[in-house]
Amino acid sequence: MAERTQKQKPAPSRTEESVEAAPPVTESGDKLKAELDDLLDEIDEVLETNAEDFVKSYVQKGGQ
Amino acid sequence: MAIPKVCGIETEYGILVRGADGNPVTASSLLINAYLAERQRKIGWDFHDEHPGTDARGFSVDDLLAPEVETHLVNAVLTNGARYYVDHAHPEISTPECLTAREALLFDRAAEEIVRASMRAATAMLPDGAEILCHKNNSDGKGNSYGCHENYLVAREVPFGRIVHQITPHFVTRQIAVGAGKVGCELPGVTANDVPFQLSQRADFFEEEVGLETTLKRPIVNTRDEPHCDPNKYRRLHVIVGDANMSETATLLKVGATAIVLAMIEDDAVGDDLALANPVAAIRQVSHDPSLRRTVLLRNGQRATALEIQWQLLERAQKYERTHGLSAVGDEVGHEVLALWHDVLTGLERDPSSVAHQVDWVAKRRVVEGFAARHGAAPDDARLKALDLQYHDLRADRCLALKVGLDTLVDPADVEVATTTPPSTTRAYFRGRCLAKWPDDVVAANWDSMVFDVGRDPLRRVPMMEPLRGTAESVQRLIDESNTPAELLAKLGA
Repeated sequence: MAERTQKQKPAPSRTEESVEAAPPVTESGDKLKAELDDLLDEIDEVLETNAEDFVKSYVQKGGQ
Repeated sequence: MAIPKVCGIETEYGILVRGADGNPVTASSLLINAYLAERQRKIGWDFHDEHPGTDARGFSVDDLLAPEVETHLVNAVLTNGARYYVDHAHPEISTPECLTAREALLFDRAAEEIVRASMRAATAMLPDGAEILCHKNNSDGKGNSYGCHENYLVAREVPFGRIVHQITPHFVTRQIAVGAGKVGCELPGVTANDVPFQLSQRADFFEEEVGLETTLKRPIVNTRDEPHCDPNKYRRLHVIVGDANMSETATLLKVGATAIVLAMIEDDAVGDDLALANPVAAIRQVSHDPSLRRTVLLRNGQRATALEIQWQLLERAQKYERTHGLSAVGDEVGHEVLALWHDVLTGLERDPSSVAHQVDWVAKRRVVEGFAARHGAAPDDARLKALDLQYHDLRADRCLALKVGLDTLVDPADVEVATTTPPSTTRAYFRGRCLAKWPDDVVAANWDSMVFDVGRDPLRRVPMMEPLRGTAESVQRLIDESNTPAELLAKLGA
């Protein structure tokens, strides 16, 4: 839970939304890459150590 | 005028025992019993078929023999009005009846936390080193699927054919916004090299346009006609085509947008021009195309992308808000859903990676592709499949969905309350409050009735055929002021 960022924004009216609200891709590109790198570091730590066995053992009965 | 879109979500969770023997049925039973032993008494589910019978408030009280429980599997009712049970070798939670998509989101999240608590309680009962794992997903990656179903109250008078024709384009295309994402493909003969990643967990498993099945030859529109309320007035549209979502945005949008489209269908405000020439082929094609660029053939001979069809539906929904209002889905929630729908479609159109904080498949694909690039993993590398599974792993320390930066839309404190407290806006309030107040006197409960033991024969059944009666507004005071179920039943007009 703690890792999720609380974000409760009021519903904007349809007229308020605007395309230019997004930051230019080039400016945020490096930041996004750094964030992804951090995330992948964390995933490397928590991913099942024997992924192949885990995937093999993950068999479910079909349901609805 | 469209009727209130009372709704709910039923989720079958994946289950796995590690470090000990255990088949999924006994593991599911252990999981649920461990939770009940820790939290509350077990109240059995009542399978007795109900007959309508109501007074002005929607309740009447009949005499009845003890219901016969027809299953040996665990089947319990929770004080939040939900049902927690074993179904097809999976633990399943059906949320209580909710009045809005926001409530459905809250109780879906509560269900997730109930399963998390159950995993801890059950694992504590196993030998050292053994554990029970649950996943909020819909496929094991080996061709076995299990559902996350939605339910919506629909007026009986609306022709079912109109519902089928007009909701199908939404069901085929909404996955671009609310698909949970999947590594690989489970269609026979299709490899991970052909389809390395797709939008939906479920799309591979749909083989019919419309039908009654839920476990084989699954249809895009399911025809199960079991309203669990007054069948002369209502249908319960049982939607089996969706994915279980980890993203709160996705759950809100999935239920909210679908409720709006159904309200529009009731008011005949959708039209037939979006009908698809081949919905089954289209649902797979859309799922298999993360570029969102491929077009599907419409029945009128034109072609459109899934995004274009979603834009069409959204534009019609916006117009519907202006012409009819959104009272059927809750004005405020409906407006929020339209804004969210617009935001997500805008992001998907501009650059899907811009909605990685909202859309499950985008969030999942980002880590799968990032991991593959970092480690040089080929599309069929087991580690990518493991990432996919672990995205849905409900262990808080392992769950990748909790790490990828998804927005949260509900307060965790509200989620905690919702694990034990029912919504105040539907008959689930009556069910949950009575269970919490008189656990020893409720013999059984189901969606549309409750059976009380009032201390003398026979048992008393209270039918609840109106989903919007038994709300806090109508019965809170009666329950608060009654010391016993007998007093309550007397006040209800027995």
